[in-house]
Amino acid sequence: MSVIEDVLESNATSNDKLALLDALRAIVPEQAVLHEEEDLRPYECDGLSAYRRLPWVVVLPERVEQVQAIMRVCHQRNIPVVARGAGTGLSGGALPHEHGVLLSLAKFTSILNIDVANRSARVQPGVRNLAISQAVASLGLYYAPDPSSQIACSIGGNVAENSGGVHCLKYGLTVHNVLKLDIVTVEGELITVGSDALDSAGYDLLALFNGSEGMLGVIVEVTVKLLPIPERAQVLLGVFDDVEKAGTAVGEIIAAGIIPAGLEMMDTLAIQAAEDFAHVGYPVGAAAILLCEVDGTNEEVSEHVMHVREVLCACGATEVRTARDEQERIMMWKGRKSAFPAVGRLAPDYYCMDGTIPRRHLAQVLKRINELSREYNLPVANVFHAGDGNLHPLILYDANQPGELARTEEMGGKILELCVQVGGTITGEHGVGMEKIDQMCVQFAQAELGQFHALKAAFDPRGLLNPGKAVPTLHRCAELGAMHVHHGQLPFPELERF
Amino acid sequence: MHNDLTSQLAAQVRDALARAAPLRIVGGGTKPFLGREGAGEALEVSGHRGIVNYHPAELVLSARAGTPLAEVEAVLAEQGQMLPFEPPHYGDRATLGGTIACGLSGPARAYRGAARDFVLGVSLINGRGEALRFGGEVMKNVAGYDVSRLQVGAMGTLGVLLDISLKVLPCTARQLTLVQERDAQESITLMNEWAGRPLPLSATCHDGARLYVRLSGAESAINAAHQRIGGELLNDGAAFWRRVSEQQHDFFQQGRPLWRMSLPAATPVLDVAGLCFMEWGGAQRWMVSDVPAEQLRRVVTEHGGHATLFRADEQSAVRFHPLPAALLALQARVKAAFDPKGILNPGRLYAEF
Repeated sequence: MSVIEDVLESNATSNDKLALLDALRAIVPEQAVLHEEEDLRPYECDGLSAYRRLPWVVVLPERVEQVQAIMRVCHQRNIPVVARGAGTGLSGGALPHEHGVLLSLAKFTSILNIDVANRSARVQPGVRNLAISQAVASLGLYYAPDPSSQIACSIGGNVAENSGGVHCLKYGLTVHNVLKLDIVTVEGELITVGSDALDSAGYDLLALFNGSEGMLGVIVEVTVKLLPIPERAQVLLGVFDDVEKAGTAVGEIIAAGIIPAGLEMMDTLAIQAAEDFAHVGYPVGAAAILLCEVDGTNEEVSEHVMHVREVLCACGATEVRTARDEQERIMMWKGRKSAFPAVGRLAPDYYCMDGTIPRRHLAQVLKRINELSREYNLPVANVFHAGDGNLHPLILYDANQPGELARTEEMGGKILELCVQVGGTITGEHGVGMEKIDQMCVQFAQAELGQFHALKAAFDPRGLLNPGKAVPTLHRCAELGAMHVHHGQLPFPELERF
Repeated sequence: MHNDLTSQLAAQVRDALARAAPLRIVGGGTKPFLGREGAGEALEVSGHRGIVNYHPAELVLSARAGTPLAEVEAVLAEQGQMLPFEPPHYGDRATLGGTIACGLSGPARAYRGAARDFVLGVSLINGRGEALRFGGEVMKNVAGYDVSRLQVGAMGTLGVLLDISLKVLPCTARQLTLVQERDAQESITLMNEWAGRPLPLSATCHDGARLYVRLSGAESAINAAHQRIGGELLNDGAAFWRRVSEQQHDFFQQGRPLWRMSLPAATPVLDVAGLCFMEWGGAQRWMVSDVPAEQLRRVVTEHGGHATLFRADEQSAVRFHPLPAALLALQARVKAAFDPKGILNPGRLYAEF
């Protein structure tokens, strides 16, 4: 495991802890302050279980004023605060601080208002992503971003990570679907960014808060945009005997002027795992499948289904299936959405990567991942948001084998560096958190990291919010001596790298 | 013509920094009316121009900030693609950088998204004279804070934009505009009802007497929606929306001051004396009104919106909606994080920074 550094030098003593507990109990009921090891244990990690650390104290407020009071207490005492939603994050963003307060927003689970005329919903941060769509379905509306964890993940965490999903290419990320946020600052002040209108005055702090990983403030209320449920959605499944052909088909569909609602690719190992797990009829043994969903009006969908089918065939699909009914459509997606747990059954552990690349480099990147897989002797299953170039290679390993996690992390790091080399990024939707902090040194130069730190200081001058995450210290990057690769410009561009 | 002036511009900024001399960033010079009056030495950026990268199948275009907006649109049109947010130009010399710095979006905004929604990455020179790059050329990218979108609408106060990468989209197969006689309140209700249904809307406006609706999409989808919405077919709809977007429509020739009110779309007709032209399903309302600024802003604030004094004959101290004290202080700190000496377009957005 990587060495976890603490930004704050801690001189905390047990007396300090007792004083903090007293201060917190003055704000929330006694049972909402956890400090015994057995009570802290469930909070030691988020969805990235390779990183674990017990928090000093967990506090579970249920009102905004309590969050403000907690922040004031921590600010006064210089105590770090890590905000946590449903804990499904995949980059260790909610990993606790051992001398800090873990601020759980789990009790903020109310949908406060649904504004039908303006097509928006005002919700508390602990509301589950899917619960929003379920609450407004009878009005013919839904909340578009749908991360695979949507049944469990909460909207506050979605905003903090700028979560994506399988429908991003057409409907955007969280940042495109949130109108307004209420934020409690590190000093305990309540501010509003964004508005119920389509824009707001001054700097676009709403955009800045999306994906800020709990580094700038605590999200205590979210107003999301709701969209009309499309009249019809139809999914096609294209089967390929070659990954490259499937990759070409992705570009050709888009070049034909069609923006699919979802466009996903899976490779042999991922297909096999999903089929064994979900029994949805995927073509086991195929080199790749493409799932292409088109939505819109009834007439439009019919037109686009025909068109996509032609493109898939022209690109060499050996078979093209169309879901016969809604149930079959849901089954086709079920395989994809359960790909992570399905792959999880193939090995004791798996490590999920999240790089994004310009799609035209797909074939060479997949080839290189396969080479790395052989070099490190670690199997890789590829699940891919093909439409927007977001790769999820899943590296299979066994944490109980000495050194295997370290090798896995090293290989993962190489995959991310590869993504940066071809002009992509180390994280498309899971965030940097604790996990990709070192790869940030590869993606950004010192001056850019310096700008990030300056921006962070404008919100949190003492660095109390989620310390040690998202942006590495310049010192850390210098120690690593990582090769900064800037947007495909390599130090030795003449060398063959694939 | 297609020059990379990065090092030259960075040197100019560092020189200004050393002298603590404010800079007034000038692109095509088409929007000096917007925001507070600029002051300081002119920093000309229109020479830094040219399309840097364009892969139609990736739906991404990168261009230098001084590239004329018309050139960007022409290059996209050749490949059957477009800037989905349909930015207004307000003059032939409008640049991509100025458009993004001003955060301007046109008729399609309520249905396809705003300028900020399509920005994937930028490079810029901050107030320390450092050339920096944020975001990139991919649709999904959550590495580091979203500094790119933060530049949109910042009026150049956080950095001199150098390059901008945008998500682009294919043009829709077909487009038509329908017009029907409706009063303002009826129109607000209808526009928002339709927006809650899966209809291929791409623009709406109300000129005081008539409701205009533009439909874009597959032929079959448009025909079905036409049946549903009703109204007469407008000849040369494209020219109509261009006049609206560029403020060449008759409404915008009726004097000053011209206010831009940004409101929750379904807000009822406001009790403010003056002439009103609605766009974006009611979310953007233009008003020619002599009602005192404070009174007009109070009404807009009560409805959850904000108001910009968009065009005025005399220079006014306050153009953008005043911010609550805590938010103003925070924004001033954000400004200082990028431009500690306050040399980039100081006071263009707010007097305080």
